[in-house]
Amino acid sequence: MKSGKFWAWLVFALGAAYFFIPLIATVEFSMRMRRGEYSFDAYKVVLGDARFQATFGYSVLAAVFTIILGVLIVVPAAYWIRLRLPQLRPIVEFITLLPLVIPAIVIVFGYIRMYGSNSPLPFLATDTGTNALLVIGYATLALPYMYRAVDTGLRTIDVRTLTEAAQILGAGWGTIITRVILPNVLIAVLSGAFLTFAIVIGEFTMASLLNRPAFGPYLQNIGANRAYEPAALAIIAFAITWGCMSLIQILSRFAPRSANRPN
Amino acid sequence: MADPFLSIQHVRKSFGATTVVEDFNLDVERGEFVSFLGPSGCGKTTVLRMVAGFEEPSAGTIVVGGKDITRLKPNQRNVGMVFQAYALFPNLTVAQNIGFGLKVAGMPRADIDARVAEMLGIIKLPQMADRYPYQLSGGQQQRIALARAIAPKPKLLLLDEPLSALDAKVRVSLREEIRSIQKKLGITTIFVTHDQEEALSISDRIAVMYGGKAEQVGTPFEIYNRPATKFVANFVGTLNVLEGTVTDAAAGTVRVNSEQVSLKGKLNGSKSGDTLSLALRPEAISLGRQPGRDSSLSGEISEVHFLGSVIRVRVGIGGNTVSLDTFNSPATPPPAVGEKAEISFSSSDMLVLH
Repeated sequence: MKSGKFWAWLVFALGAAYFFIPLIATVEFSMRMRRGEYSFDAYKVVLGDARFQATFGYSVLAAVFTIILGVLIVVPAAYWIRLRLPQLRPIVEFITLLPLVIPAIVIVFGYIRMYGSNSPLPFLATDTGTNALLVIGYATLALPYMYRAVDTGLRTIDVRTLTEAAQILGAGWGTIITRVILPNVLIAVLSGAFLTFAIVIGEFTMASLLNRPAFGPYLQNIGANRAYEPAALAIIAFAITWGCMSLIQILSRFAPRSANRPN
Repeated sequence: MADPFLSIQHVRKSFGATTVVEDFNLDVERGEFVSFLGPSGCGKTTVLRMVAGFEEPSAGTIVVGGKDITRLKPNQRNVGMVFQAYALFPNLTVAQNIGFGLKVAGMPRADIDARVAEMLGIIKLPQMADRYPYQLSGGQQQRIALARAIAPKPKLLLLDEPLSALDAKVRVSLREEIRSIQKKLGITTIFVTHDQEEALSISDRIAVMYGGKAEQVGTPFEIYNRPATKFVANFVGTLNVLEGTVTDAAAGTVRVNSEQVSLKGKLNGSKSGDTLSLALRPEAISLGRQPGRDSSLSGEISEVHFLGSVIRVRVGIGGNTVSLDTFNSPATPPPAVGEKAEISFSSSDMLVLH
């Protein structure tokens, strides 16, 4: 084996160990609830817990609404910027990156101040209003991922020519977006959607400070009070995230192929 | 032209301080095939995009079938268009692409299917209905794009350099197919190209554009044989330009190198002593003296290129170089570089460029 290859394999092995050893240790620990033997008792406890089902269901629903809101905001915005306002792209890219540099706690305190029960827009006065605010907050947190995914999808098609081809055939904006643009960037939108799902499922700060019964605060609560269940929950959350990533990979194989190739 | 089907009147287009189309005027008859020919940046695509509705004119009017469409949106114009980059919808099959405009118009399913089948027959690709665009060659994609454009029976067909992305062989066959379909359907067509051979071979009329203006509008024969401006003469076809001096304006004689050429009736007010640019097409020149050719010039052969059936010869005449083609004859060897040569031509074939 050449020395270059040896070092490459060594770096790979170290990276894999860094990634897998804590994961294997967590799996191993999560299975030691029954003394003297391995079992899935911790998983049974977690999955049978009514609070797990309630909080997980709540977060899944919040994720679905977040994805819908994100798609409704990001797809038309990214499309319009590519089509008519390309000069605004750097500004919009900067804005979409802000949630990565502004901590969620700052956003949520801003919300509490702006939309408290004494403010002119008292979102926080009702559960529905608070839920809506949480979804809006999640859409903000997911913006960098959703925007980049959609923008990358739009880059693979000739947005302007396809739009013009549809227009000249009599299509209005609604038809163009739903029947021409969206189907061609659907895989990119789904990638953004799964990333959003993964973020929402594990999010703690916003849900906790807005006092919502989400999965993130439940994870934290279990982690603070139990021994084996938090490890089982970490593995479950990890499996959900990995499942989402795998779905992105599988779906990307079905993306419409570009027809604009040389003769 | 009594009642033009398409009338573009005094159209101007500016982007900020830059004017790309200036006072463009053109009337097109119903069923006519008109080409916009010109170099890159001459404004030909901008005029086409204004007719399509993708650009709004800064001034002027565009009328189709008696209706002013200048301010209408593209989807309200009932105009078909074929793009250089094909622009087929990648997520739709060939049949769905062709039926797109019909579906948008709310046509019943059965009628759409019938029309799509008819279109596939016209473009001779009936077996391709279920294929996706990426499964087709460039030529096939462009034929599908043509079928998609004409399926909704538009009043006007716009072709924006539809052959530019194709290889030479496909280009020739597809242009003939486009012309044949256009004639069969009798659809009024505007064709944008920078390829003079394309424009000359398939157009009823050509508008040669330069600097945002139509330099000349005429039949291919007129454009080629009677160019109105120096630009048209240079842009369309190969041209030999010779410098000459008017020796006797009244008699119409011009001196080229040291020989006199009679150009009576062509000097257009030039005075004796004026310098003129004179042009000759290569096919109007023969090597050696030929019967029926009233003028000749002497020079020396500077280059000989054997191209198979044709031999291209360049002859230096004073400070000018004249290019001409002669047919290859197996019995006659090509002329040699450095040989003295005489070229002959009819003075009536000589153009005076203004």
